Amino acid sequence: MVEFNLPANSVVKEGKSFSAPADAKNTRSFKIYRFDPDSGDNPRTDTYDIDLDKCGPMVLDALIKIKNEIDATLTFRRSCREGICGSCAMNIDGRNTLACLKPIDDIKGEVKIYPLPHMPVVKDLVPDLSQPYAQLASIEPWLKADSPTPPDGERLQSREERAQLDGLWECILCFSCSTACPSYWWNSDRFLGPAVLLQAYRWLADSRDEYTGERLDALEDPFRLYRCHTIMNCTNTCPKGLNPSLAITEIKKMIAERRA
Amino acid sequence: MSESYKIIDHNYDVVVMGAGGAGLRATLGTVEAGLKTACITKVFPTRSHTVAAQGGIGASLGNMSEDHWQWHMYDTVKGSDWLGDQDAIEYMCRNAVPAVHELEHYGMPFSRTEDGKIYQRPFGGHTRDHGKAPVERACAAADRTGHAMLHTLYQQCLKHKAEFFVEYIALDLIMDDDGTCRGLVAWDLDSGEMHRFNAKMVILASGGYGRAFFSCTSAHTCTGDGHGMVARAGLGLQDMEFVQFHPTGIYGSGCLITEGARGEGGYLTNSEGERFMERYAPTVKDLASRDVVSRGMSQEIRDGRGVGEHGEYIHLHLEHLGSEVLWERLPGITETAKIFAGVDATKEPIPVLPTVHYNMGGIPTNYKGEVLRPTVKDPNAIVKGLMAAGEAACVSVHGANRLGTNSLLDLVVFGRACGMHAAEVVDPKSSFKELKTTDGDEAIARFDRLRWAKGSRPTADIRLEMQRVMQGNCGVFRTAEILKEGKDKLSETAKTLPDVGVSDRSLIWNSDLVETLELENLMTCAAATMNSAEARHESRGAHAHEDYPKRDDEVWMKHTIAKVDDAKGYAVDLTYRPVNNFTLTDEVSYIEPKERVY
Repeated sequence: MVEFNLPANSVVKEGKSFSAPADAKNTRSFKIYRFDPDSGDNPRTDTYDIDLDKCGPMVLDALIKIKNEIDATLTFRRSCREGICGSCAMNIDGRNTLACLKPIDDIKGEVKIYPLPHMPVVKDLVPDLSQPYAQLASIEPWLKADSPTPPDGERLQSREERAQLDGLWECILCFSCSTACPSYWWNSDRFLGPAVLLQAYRWLADSRDEYTGERLDALEDPFRLYRCHTIMNCTNTCPKGLNPSLAITEIKKMIAERRA
Repeated sequence: MSESYKIIDHNYDVVVMGAGGAGLRATLGTVEAGLKTACITKVFPTRSHTVAAQGGIGASLGNMSEDHWQWHMYDTVKGSDWLGDQDAIEYMCRNAVPAVHELEHYGMPFSRTEDGKIYQRPFGGHTRDHGKAPVERACAAADRTGHAMLHTLYQQCLKHKAEFFVEYIALDLIMDDDGTCRGLVAWDLDSGEMHRFNAKMVILASGGYGRAFFSCTSAHTCTGDGHGMVARAGLGLQDMEFVQFHPTGIYGSGCLITEGARGEGGYLTNSEGERFMERYAPTVKDLASRDVVSRGMSQEIRDGRGVGEHGEYIHLHLEHLGSEVLWERLPGITETAKIFAGVDATKEPIPVLPTVHYNMGGIPTNYKGEVLRPTVKDPNAIVKGLMAAGEAACVSVHGANRLGTNSLLDLVVFGRACGMHAAEVVDPKSSFKELKTTDGDEAIARFDRLRWAKGSRPTADIRLEMQRVMQGNCGVFRTAEILKEGKDKLSETAKTLPDVGVSDRSLIWNSDLVETLELENLMTCAAATMNSAEARHESRGAHAHEDYPKRDDEVWMKHTIAKVDDAKGYAVDLTYRPVNNFTLTDEVSYIEPKERVY
């Protein structure tokens, strides 16, 4: 067997510990990945013990409590705090999800928090997502149609046709799925990944779109589409309960049917 | 001092600040018009707070029943408690129908009717034929309309290859000696570098400031950054006392439950199980406008008829609608209720409470989007080179109280208007006036001061104190005494800002510093809001003053203009400007004020 070792400057070290107030009765440890881009030091994990009786129910509440009351340097993205903006995606208790929708009570013991896996880390829990964003743009995710639009009205779409988009358009682009996918870990430069393929299928499934052929041409590639090996980590981890794996299968089916 | 920061200069015809609905629609318009445009945003565009809008976008399509833009206009004027400018309201309502069709043509995934048209649902304050009965006017994509709209607009911007500067924090405007806006300074979180944008036109679409309050439906990023920049440039903020409380924020977390829930047939009850809105709004009941419903709920709680152990919330019932309707039309809030209230909405009521939701006030503009610098001589004087749209702006179409679904409409209609007006006044072939080397120095000095701030009070401390004062002293019910106390307390809190302490010194993703910069903006908004409220001795829309319970058109039919001076402990100077008592065209006449009954 080949042995893999992390480069010396990537090894995660033990960092600082912050204990809870002495009168706290219901404490929990949060072990959080830290990386300071200025120092050049190795990443570390800091441990914060906090009083859950004085904290909201979600992991994001704990992160905000730590930032507000213990360590203002802790850095993470957050915005809507209700699972619709997709900012606070991170790896919690070994699973990619949104911190704002993850109840602390669902986790046993120490709560381990890391950035989304296999992305360059800018600082602490903030990954660089420019690659998946560029991949999203590459599939041309907008309605393409040559038929003129009605001058004084909407295009018609039956309820059944519209229902084809359910489970697709709700994606919040948090990239929990793509960064949970082993194929994406290995080939993120060439494989589009589940989040972007779900978006690709969103347009293939739209009755108003007239560029199905061109879209399939662009996807029919050993890497862009076919690096998906139906591992299904994407579907397992999606914090919105969507099924990228099924969408990818549908694309593969469309291409197979086209060939037949 | 500024020598120690690396500064990168840019020239753009147009710089848009903010990538929510208004910012993206404005960007799309200027790019389409061939103007070189930079859209600067502190979060990736699809994470802007527009994404959280739920129930719908208002337009009199008439897909479900008869409707006309004139009815929509009447409802909006009445909803505004006659403080809205009727020329702007006419502009918005008559452009609503083409605006929604445009969104559909862009590919927005609206829900559909049986005959394949855009699905519409009833919403608070929207009525058939001048108040006769609720009308289906809210064009919806399930209960995730804002998400559908924001993603669609971002897709269109990608199509047109718009240029984005993502995770850039705008610090301040660059103003000429003659009062013309010349661009802005922004800080790139990723690289830590400073950028100076020289622009022929700046469009502010930076959203609201819900986070000035302790409990709100707004995202953490709603911190009034554009408001702060405008105030520091010496310009006024309009009608800031009008803060909308949404009737149905989830008790505890403050997460939003759309008014569309009541549009689909949901209703409120008190501890006696009574549908109390029948008493406050006999005609449209639970679908009265938001200020009326929020006051009704608060009154019930004050009278001891709140639900729960301490009687501090109200029940919202959806269980009678059946799980099929809920999962098809209201899937998002059914999920949210489960996650944040632990309630299965298909079986039991949701505990709710009026929660800060929207700022009617903001940067004063006319219906074209030009920012106003009102003077006694000319209340409609404009600031050259500066426009604003969306929740950051006060056009004013919402007046003293916004109707649900009119915010998404406001974003696209006035975002588009900004794009059109910029295309009209900005010549892409004209050369750029060079910036002076000192332009932007003040912005960077402010940045540097806060970056190294060693005071004794952490940012979060001061922010929490401010939020508690705003929540306690500038809420649904206001009295002269409460407001006076609030003004004093807030002034005390504001005076501690020079003693703020920041712990992170880095230039890269220093979110401690971001929050501190935001806190200064929030404090500006809070001071304007509290002082404007304290001065307004009447009750109108969202501003309910118990010592002056009636609307007073004789004295108070006017917009408040608040100038905040952060250098003087956030002192506020108030002046007033008349409400536009005319319409845009003679196709519709001015709607005379009358008593507001639902």
